[in-house]
Amino acid sequence: MSRYIIERLGEALVAVWGIVTIVFVVTRMLGDPAVLLLPLGTPEAQVAALRAELGLERPMVIQYLDFLIRAVQGDFGLSYQFFRPAMDLVLERLPATAILASTSIVLGVIIGSLAGFVAAVKRGSFLEFLAMTVALLGQATPVFWLGIMLILYFGVNLGWLPTGGWDSLASLVLPVLTLSIFVAATVSRLFRSSMLDALSEDYVRTARAKGLPPGTIYTRHAGRNALIPVVTMVAILTAELLGGSAVTETVFSWPGVGRLLLQAIENKDFPVIQAGVFLIAVIFVFTNLLIDLIYPLLDPRIRVTR
Amino acid sequence: MIAALRKVRTFAGGHSGWIGLVLLAAVILIVVLAPLFGLPDPVRNNLRGRFVPPSFNFLDLTRYPLGGDHLGRDLFSRIVYGGRVSLAIGALAVGLGGVIGVIVGLFAGFYKGWVDRVLMRLVDVQLSIPLMLLALLVVAALGPSLQNLIIVLALTSWVRYARVVRGQVLAVREREFVQSAYAIGVGNLRIIFVHILPNVLTPVLVIATLELARVIILEAGMSFLGLGVQPPWPSWGRMLAEGRNYMGTYPEVSVYPGLALFITALAVNLSGDWLRDRLDPKLR
Repeated sequence: MSRYIIERLGEALVAVWGIVTIVFVVTRMLGDPAVLLLPLGTPEAQVAALRAELGLERPMVIQYLDFLIRAVQGDFGLSYQFFRPAMDLVLERLPATAILASTSIVLGVIIGSLAGFVAAVKRGSFLEFLAMTVALLGQATPVFWLGIMLILYFGVNLGWLPTGGWDSLASLVLPVLTLSIFVAATVSRLFRSSMLDALSEDYVRTARAKGLPPGTIYTRHAGRNALIPVVTMVAILTAELLGGSAVTETVFSWPGVGRLLLQAIENKDFPVIQAGVFLIAVIFVFTNLLIDLIYPLLDPRIRVTR
Repeated sequence: MIAALRKVRTFAGGHSGWIGLVLLAAVILIVVLAPLFGLPDPVRNNLRGRFVPPSFNFLDLTRYPLGGDHLGRDLFSRIVYGGRVSLAIGALAVGLGGVIGVIVGLFAGFYKGWVDRVLMRLVDVQLSIPLMLLALLVVAALGPSLQNLIIVLALTSWVRYARVVRGQVLAVREREFVQSAYAIGVGNLRIIFVHILPNVLTPVLVIATLELARVIILEAGMSFLGLGVQPPWPSWGRMLAEGRNYMGTYPEVSVYPGLALFITALAVNLSGDWLRDRLDPKLR
């Protein structure tokens, strides 16, 4: 068991290292930061002075190691726009993004699992048809368009809910609704099929033969096993929501990391881009780690084989 | 009543693949044949056509069947030509990603050992970065252009092919025909590309279809943010971004491009599910 944890932790660290490396390589592909920073036509001597100040004439390997060490400490330098530490700017925006993503995932997984459960247990019923049609349509709907349509209906036409920004609990409703529809659509299709697989297993037949009540079989025997792929899916969905936050936050004028990143990209504010990409990727890696650590609790087989 | 519902259900359930294929064929046909329809120029401004209400007259295409946008450009024409852009980018990105992914998967599965470990570790690292984020980072670095967009989208898609192909190769390389080819002295590259490759192409086709829907939506998202297809080229994502500014007054401008995106994604998804169930039920 402890070996399993150590292995997963090692993998997470390798992934973080890979991310820092990619961020470093991509940023260096841009060319000389000193030239990018200074206005066009700056005298050569001043460019050289800034290069020296930024440590750019050191060997690439040293620069890379320096970047690595500082990245681990969360130090990406000062934002070119705000002249404040880039990581601070990103951390200030993090709560907004985190609240949106986590609320949507929790709500979406609950709704999706219920729909998938009903669809599997009531196989061939109208309920299954309804749940699966809605899921199929939900999966094909681009999140940002769904968001725009919901704003149009509930915000503009009916005027019930705010169309954007974050100033009250009500402004959370539309973005969360949009994202949780997307999450629920994916989860319900997955949970239905894994539930159907589980229901055809021998242990379910044994449980039926023993005369256990169907409710117990569905929840304790089949449901628990069918949840394992859903847990994996939560990791993938977390990535999609965090990575896609730039789009969702733009649609809802949400003051999160995604919009900060977008703004940084427009202004070529590289420290902020690096800090934002790094932080989101690290959160994602650790979500995955957490899920890997939850597996053995759900599925004792992992504990035995490892 | 219940019998009728059941009929609807079995039709939709058993034939949803056909619905998808027909829809997809229709989308592709319209998009490919677009220049033959005599549509108005999708990028020409016409201030007198500004926010013209839709006529829904698809027989006379000069009368703004879906209305005009904020520059008086014909929305229907822009959606059709935007579809050309979206589908072409999607197909190229999925194709490029497929070629890279298949080659990586072939080599990892065939050579095993350290080649496999290095390549699969690379896959793991890439999977640990949210795709959209990677795309944003690369576009931020290289600047938005059609070519960069395709490269970025391909970069987000090769991993899935690599994983599945590697798994297939691990099984196929132990089969007798591969072993006998090896025994009579056929070279490694020839074994990989002539003997193994044809046997792993089925799942590749399925992944490519499912990836197409994902890549098209991702492209629309990037274009929505202004990091994808650049103006004046029409693109569904861009049109949604432009329409958003006039949402309160002219909602239809943001309704139709999204509807086109939705129908295309649905058609590709349904076709992909159908293909998967027919060709390779294991992939489910």
